[in-house]
Amino acid sequence: MRIAIIDTSTTRAAIIAEGLREAGLDDQVVIDPTGPIVRQIEACAPEVVLINLENPGRDLLEDFFAMSRALDRPIAMFVDQSDGDSALAAVDAGVSAYVVDGLSKQRIKPVLDVAIRRFQAFSRLQAELAEAKTALADRQTIDKAKAILMRRRGIEEPAAYALLRGHAMQSNRRIAEVAEAIVTSDALMGDLP
Amino acid sequence: MSLDHFRIGFLPLVDAALPILAQELGFAEEQGVAIDLVRDVTWAAVRDRLLHGHTDAAHMVAPLAIAASLGRDRPAVPMAVPFVLGLNGNAITFSTALGAACGLGGELGDPVAVGAALKAVATARAAAGQRLRFGVVHRYSSHNYMLRYWLAGVGIRPDMDVEIVVTSPPFAADALAAGEVDGICVGEPWNSIAVDRGVGRIALATAQIWRRGVEKVLAMRADTAAERGDATLRLIRALHAAAAHFVDPDTVEQSAAILARPAYLDAPVDAILRAITDHIRVVPGGVPVHYPDFMFQYREAANFPWRSQAAWLYAQMTRWGERPFDAEEAAVAAGTFRPDLYRAALAGSGAPLPGASSKLEGALGGPIGAGSTQGRLMLGSDRFFDGRSFDPDDIPGYLANLP
Repeated sequence: MRIAIIDTSTTRAAIIAEGLREAGLDDQVVIDPTGPIVRQIEACAPEVVLINLENPGRDLLEDFFAMSRALDRPIAMFVDQSDGDSALAAVDAGVSAYVVDGLSKQRIKPVLDVAIRRFQAFSRLQAELAEAKTALADRQTIDKAKAILMRRRGIEEPAAYALLRGHAMQSNRRIAEVAEAIVTSDALMGDLP
Repeated sequence: MSLDHFRIGFLPLVDAALPILAQELGFAEEQGVAIDLVRDVTWAAVRDRLLHGHTDAAHMVAPLAIAASLGRDRPAVPMAVPFVLGLNGNAITFSTALGAACGLGGELGDPVAVGAALKAVATARAAAGQRLRFGVVHRYSSHNYMLRYWLAGVGIRPDMDVEIVVTSPPFAADALAAGEVDGICVGEPWNSIAVDRGVGRIALATAQIWRRGVEKVLAMRADTAAERGDATLRLIRALHAAAAHFVDPDTVEQSAAILARPAYLDAPVDAILRAITDHIRVVPGGVPVHYPDFMFQYREAANFPWRSQAAWLYAQMTRWGERPFDAEEAAVAAGTFRPDLYRAALAGSGAPLPGASSKLEGALGGPIGAGSTQGRLMLGSDRFFDGRSFDPDDIPGYLANLP
């Protein structure tokens, strides 16, 4: 069963391809998102097409699939009504699947399941990365704020941190937000007596 | 008071104005509604989010809502269209080369004359084995059907004499510039952007093909419209109030500035303003031409979902699709438009409410009073360029007489 993967993110495409291989689905083609999508799909004649929901080429691709109805093996959107949950999970994960007419549901389900899991894993990965970046930035800001407090109030680091923390708790804000305010005000008014 | 939230999907087009303005200017809040706008770049994504509950309603090309009800290319999901977001507002733009070959002037042309010139070019190109190619925004779009209606009406056979392909609106100007297509039929501001970039010239406004052609609609799943009945009626009232505001000449600059924001259209204010004020710059550097009712958002109960408009679209789907006419499908298509919801929402508001739900399309030559159950309803000319009219009760007869 040949599977084509179209994704604006080449990283995610690679992650999906790997997942499918692990599931024993080796016959796959990763489409170059910068090239002509329809021509590439036509050339590799897939039985299943996986594409990210937000791909800008989808209207074009669906038009091609609609035209393919005139061919021997028409391709249609895979959203089996009896399988609403998996369709919903696919949209939630951000993936759309199209399959050739007549392909059994039992054969499609594992492909879709892998795609959904990999899309979700990718989103988690991105969220974690964004979180890690924020955490790093927060720590740098807090360090700067501590240094400012130590210098201007003539206190030691534990006291500076306790001051930050206490103020954050009182004002119901994150420590990083309080630190940010200190850094900003120091940049604007640090030279004033 | 807590607000009823509606997530509404949209594509970055000028006619997404009503839900955007309803939220930005407080018309939604006045009705106890909050609109969360969800932007996409393909109709496929807008549709999928709507069908699977990522959104509660969507700005949508009317034929796509009908196609979803009919289960074209996918399992059928009953849809409800309680409100039309606008009529027309699209244009046909030729590449600079095609424009020159057809002898386009500095004004909008006459559909029959431009058609005759295009036919000569199309015939020569087809004979040389290089058929002209036109881009439309979606297979199930009013753009596709309007373009085909005009081409067939001037003796150019779509799919045979010329090719018609799909091009997403934000990429339409690029496709023209790259020579991938010779012409496009898209919504604003994308025609104007193609002109401003010097890669195209506007040949016709779609309003010249059908003076009152249904364009974008508010589409919902029928079950959502039923389950959230009261909130849906309030949403309709908010959109209607936004429409009245949108057509007020004093508000156009404010509207254009809001629509231009990165979160919405992310496009030049100037191009948006031209569309809103019915001023169309047809050639690069030219003075914008005033074409009244280029976009039509409010007057003449423009937001009323006439079942006959849905029936016309179904007739065109049958004309150009592979499925023959089917009375049951025609009923499903027409039933997707929900004048009952529109009436329920605006009863007692002073807005004119048509007495009928369906009418002969293309039969009016000039302003005339029409039957209403509330307010005074005037309808203007709704002519097709070829003078034909459409009787929603006799689609087979209509189809049999088309070229």
